[in-house]
Amino acid sequence: MDTKKEKFPHGIPGYNLGEIEREIPAEDPPAWPINDELRVIGKRVPRLDARAKVTGEAKYTSDIQLPGMLYAKMLRANVAHAKILAIDTTLAEKLPGVHAVHLMHEMDDKDHLPMVKFVGQPIAGVAAESLDIAKEAIKLIKVKYDEKPFVIDLEDALDANAPLVYDEPIAEQRDGGDVGVVHDGSKGKGNLRGPSTSSFWGGPRGDVEKGFAEADVVVERTYRTQVHTHVPLETHGVVIDWKPEGMTVYASTQSTKGVRDELATYFDLPKSQVRVICQFMGGGFGAKHSAGTFGPMAATLSKKTGRPVWLMLDRQEEHLAEGNRPNSLHSLKIGAKKDGTLTAIQQKSHGTAGVALGAGVGRIAQILYECPNFTTEQYDVLTHAGPGAAWRAPGNVQGAFGVEQAIDELAEKLKIDPLTLRDKIDKSDVRKVERMRGAEKFGWSKRQPAGSSQGPVKKGMGMAQSTWPRFVHLDSSVEVKLYKDGAVEVRSGVQDIGTGTKTILAQVVAEELGLEVSDVTVRIGDTVFPDGPASGGSVVTGSITPPTRNAAYQVKLKLFDLVAKEWKTEANKLTVKDGMVVHMDDSSRKMTFKDALKSLRTGHISVLASRGDDYGGFQQSWGLAYGDLGSVQFAEVTVDTQTGLIKVDRIVAAHSCARPLNIGQLESQINGGVIQGVSYALYEARVMDKGTGHFINANVDQYKMPYAMEIPEIESILVEEYPAQSSTDAYGIAEPANIATAAAIANAVYNAIGVRIFEIPITPASILNALNKDYE
Amino acid sequence: MKNDKDKSSKNAGKGNLSRRGFLRGAGLTTAGTVMLNSSVLAFESQPATGKAFGPDAVTIEMKVNGELKSLIVEPRTTLATALRDHLGLTGTKVVCDRGACSACTVWLDGRPVNSCMTLALDVGSRPVETIEGLAEGNELHPLQEAFIEHDASQCGYCTPGMIMSAAHLLKTNPNPTLQDVKKATRGNLCRCGTYPHVFKATLAAAKKMK
Repeated sequence: MDTKKEKFPHGIPGYNLGEIEREIPAEDPPAWPINDELRVIGKRVPRLDARAKVTGEAKYTSDIQLPGMLYAKMLRANVAHAKILAIDTTLAEKLPGVHAVHLMHEMDDKDHLPMVKFVGQPIAGVAAESLDIAKEAIKLIKVKYDEKPFVIDLEDALDANAPLVYDEPIAEQRDGGDVGVVHDGSKGKGNLRGPSTSSFWGGPRGDVEKGFAEADVVVERTYRTQVHTHVPLETHGVVIDWKPEGMTVYASTQSTKGVRDELATYFDLPKSQVRVICQFMGGGFGAKHSAGTFGPMAATLSKKTGRPVWLMLDRQEEHLAEGNRPNSLHSLKIGAKKDGTLTAIQQKSHGTAGVALGAGVGRIAQILYECPNFTTEQYDVLTHAGPGAAWRAPGNVQGAFGVEQAIDELAEKLKIDPLTLRDKIDKSDVRKVERMRGAEKFGWSKRQPAGSSQGPVKKGMGMAQSTWPRFVHLDSSVEVKLYKDGAVEVRSGVQDIGTGTKTILAQVVAEELGLEVSDVTVRIGDTVFPDGPASGGSVVTGSITPPTRNAAYQVKLKLFDLVAKEWKTEANKLTVKDGMVVHMDDSSRKMTFKDALKSLRTGHISVLASRGDDYGGFQQSWGLAYGDLGSVQFAEVTVDTQTGLIKVDRIVAAHSCARPLNIGQLESQINGGVIQGVSYALYEARVMDKGTGHFINANVDQYKMPYAMEIPEIESILVEEYPAQSSTDAYGIAEPANIATAAAIANAVYNAIGVRIFEIPITPASILNALNKDYE
Repeated sequence: MKNDKDKSSKNAGKGNLSRRGFLRGAGLTTAGTVMLNSSVLAFESQPATGKAFGPDAVTIEMKVNGELKSLIVEPRTTLATALRDHLGLTGTKVVCDRGACSACTVWLDGRPVNSCMTLALDVGSRPVETIEGLAEGNELHPLQEAFIEHDASQCGYCTPGMIMSAAHLLKTNPNPTLQDVKKATRGNLCRCGTYPHVFKATLAAAKKMK
């Protein structure tokens, strides 16, 4: 590969900004300067699709209506563990308006009736002329169960006599919680699987026994977090139209590519015959990467009936079967010397992702702080409950809740300010700047000693921090097309799930071509375009914007070649500025970008580019870039010690995503991460009935989430940072925004009342119990 | 949720009319008036006719966004379903389907209601306004403009309901405080956590509308 040397801005403006030389691919564009010197990058640019959203014109998957479309509904198990003895669909099939009934297990194993392993497991599907008829038909299907004992509680499931969820090894790692090197599920006894003992860039090191022997102080605690569900406002679902020449799938998904690949494999079709479209998506938060069981069901019903089939889950189904963040029982032992230096960290965790795996507590304990001696054992516990799924910073949110409280407790024992201790043990530059700028904006200096707030209504301040890797998917491609009439179009299969991907692609192209954002048409969310990354793990921005810029740059060079011929000059003498193509040596020689495109011989020219390796040699062979998206969050709370009521008054969230692209959208995502963190810390929890195995608050009214009245004041600080790793040097922010909040709130609650709470959600009852226990 | 839905779908027309019959029979017609004037938005009532409908579909007329529409609906059909599946007005979203999230908020007779908790047959002659009717032709409502400017939608699924709640506030209160905005949108769930920008946008729109 031809390369060239290029100088890049490097570091943090206002702290250590400098320059670095990188050897980069010859076809890549020159380095962008820092955001201050750019026109549309790093500015507040309104979303391209905002108008469609505020007028109701935006068509989500659930809004798709096709001629002759049927509505489908799935029948789900209402027992937690059973052998199905018989399924009788006769009455359902006879109901007027019903067009097809299909049994779930017939897709995999026609000869054996399946086992039920959780309430909500899909059994059958019906396609009918209306949703009401489909719902009636479902009720007419008779299922005969041979019920078995079940277990839904994490600690009960560890009992030697507990009913087994699987009586054979499960080799498959499902779409679960933890990130990193996970066990394969075949190890372990009973309902226990694991342990996972390492993660990339972390893992066991040194000698923890020796480390603890060297410690002057030790904190040893156990933390508990709850199971909670994603509750995307648009549920999982698809509309599928299966024609002889192939199927068209409208999917509410975080991965058009992933859904296409799954359905193509499932039905043994070439990928070219499965077209997946997602133009607008009503929330996913990690749970919507797969075609699930509803995808194959809708496809089969469409094939059977020859008509398009609409299959969107209802709210209860969404809660029961489409993912949750696993709970955790997380023990930490941390030792430190008098000056704060960490000597050892020992971690052990158990969590349940129901019938799936992936309940680890992530990498926070392994890599956030410098510590020479470390071990971890993270176990999965299987239960008869709905499967877990990735949920915004999987594992790390649970992990941070423990780690960041333990570090605070350590600081208190050492009589060091929590920020000062972190300055000592945290080697990240960006978090150091975030601590400084955040503390100033928040007013950290006004923080009082724990429990010193007077009167029955107490105020408290706390903070916590997080890390998330700069993930990149190399299979990320974009085409930029210039049309003879002046039109500019960006095309990629990548979907915009509400994060603003459409808009940042337009910004990148507009910046590169010297145009306005409104000059750029963005067509994404369709697998007829080049494959884009899945929207998960905060990978999209870092994966898709560099090839977008590269494609725009390269197609611009093609245009320059044509113009240069006409102007009888060299192509490298041309540049773009304010919608014009300009000669660098003679600014009177210029023409509009639109006029320049008239010189095309063909109707359009285009360039397709893909994500290359990171600059600077940090690229891992498996497609990840090294680096750290650090964040520090500060929380101020009010706790009424008479009622136990907690109110989060204010959050200051200091974040970095390298080069910020769109300020408004970034603030939106930070607000969202923080609010979901508040919700996790104080409100939401899946409540299971041990007697029946049912999820009893599987709705919106009893599954508590914050509404307008509970929203704290949120101020965000974006710390610009230039690692010089790609042609845009930009990354996402979804996961980092969600990791530290619950821990910051827990630390603030402790600061307010002087008693530490080790379990979330922190409810009024848990406050009163903790205070009473302390009093005793 | 399924059970609730099923109950209402089976006996919706009958059950609903008999509840009104009960109110009338017990001499509690004023109770209906109280409900109308209170802030119980989910349970709209209208003068009882004493006539039974269903279970078969009936033809009704409904004034939606200023236009008179004719549609054939079963008595169990909710206003949300009538708007979405019968009239193709899919801007109105159904999220919880039991009056807990306000995603399906439309204006009935000028006031916000949960259209998932209102039967299409109960609408009668009262006008319905949906998100699709808020702009005047190509000219957006100032609140819609403000939502764009302040990035007040992420995934956008709660946006139509959120706007219908907040726009109603602006119609009735030209000088809202932050607390007023929070109160007006307190029933609207947003899972992306866009609330702070919704508050900003609504306050900004109020200023502009003066």
